[in-house]
Amino acid sequence: MNIFRLLRRRHTAQVAHDRLRILLAHERSRTANTDLVAILRSEVLAAVAKYIPVAIDQVDVNMDRSETLSTLQIDIHIPV
Amino acid sequence: MGQVLVVTSGKGGVGKTTSAAALGAALAESGQNVVIIDFDVGLRNLDLVMGAERRVVFDLINVIQGQAKLPQALIRDKRQERLYLLPASQTRDKDALTERGVARVIDDLRATFDWVICDSPAGIERGAILAMQHADIAAIVTNPEISSVRDSDRIIGLLDAKTEKAKKGQQVVKHLLVARYDESRASSGDMLQIEDIVEILSIPLLGIIPESEQVLRASNLGSPITICNPESAPGRAYFSAAKRLNGEVIPITIPRERNRLFGRLLGGRAA
Repeated sequence: MNIFRLLRRRHTAQVAHDRLRILLAHERSRTANTDLVAILRSEVLAAVAKYIPVAIDQVDVNMDRSETLSTLQIDIHIPV
Repeated sequence: MGQVLVVTSGKGGVGKTTSAAALGAALAESGQNVVIIDFDVGLRNLDLVMGAERRVVFDLINVIQGQAKLPQALIRDKRQERLYLLPASQTRDKDALTERGVARVIDDLRATFDWVICDSPAGIERGAILAMQHADIAAIVTNPEISSVRDSDRIIGLLDAKTEKAKKGQQVVKHLLVARYDESRASSGDMLQIEDIVEILSIPLLGIIPESEQVLRASNLGSPITICNPESAPGRAYFSAAKRLNGEVIPITIPRERNRLFGRLLGGRAA
């Protein structure tokens, strides 16, 4: 019993380390994108709005990053 | 032209104020003129930690709003004549800090002091952003504990995005100051190790401050640990960190408490 407890205790710092690495990788990519997405959103909207009336809440900008592929998706809902 | 150092962390209670006071006193001991600004408007504490709470007449907000001149608000340390404190206001809130006002105060202080140390409030709100705004160098105080490391990572992101340096396309020089480190708990596997924290945050180490009851004693007495007990383990750790801030290259060690009796015989200044 004591040995099990000892083994388990040895791991808490390692668990903390692994959890942090995963969490921070996720948070860094998200915060790094926030500004870019906001800029793209406003500039794309401005460009489209020159020709077609669109509402600001009718534009969706999404960015996805994976290890091999990043995608930028822009959806603009144009009134009929 | 002095250098502006921000002592920041994101998380509260990790030792920002203790570190700002200890580093400031250590830099002053090395012969440089130092001023520490408390940016924690509404919850000031640096005056207490430095034992100057009964000498506060004017504060940072008074200077920014023109009710006092800068030299009137500066408090000179009674033990170390090259060390000054600019207290925060206790009664106002952080909205009283203006970007322009802070810029003006920092510019004025930079002209006369070798080091302008900004003691940041916790959090990532306006007060913390204003404290880091003009920094050349940042000491990110981190405890070996997951929430502190996560918040430090966030602060590093802000230092790279929101500071004047960042806006000019330059970088604030970032250093990691690990505080409250318990060597025995780390080696038993219950506490994040230094290498883990450095690897995760990927910024260079400024120092490792060991967990020590001496830090609480120093704050009880209202004296930076580097003045109150310079020979204690945290005292020596802060002195080496201050040397590194001055560009000295010295190996990072984790100081241990020396034999107490031996220390006393040598005239340790423990009060």
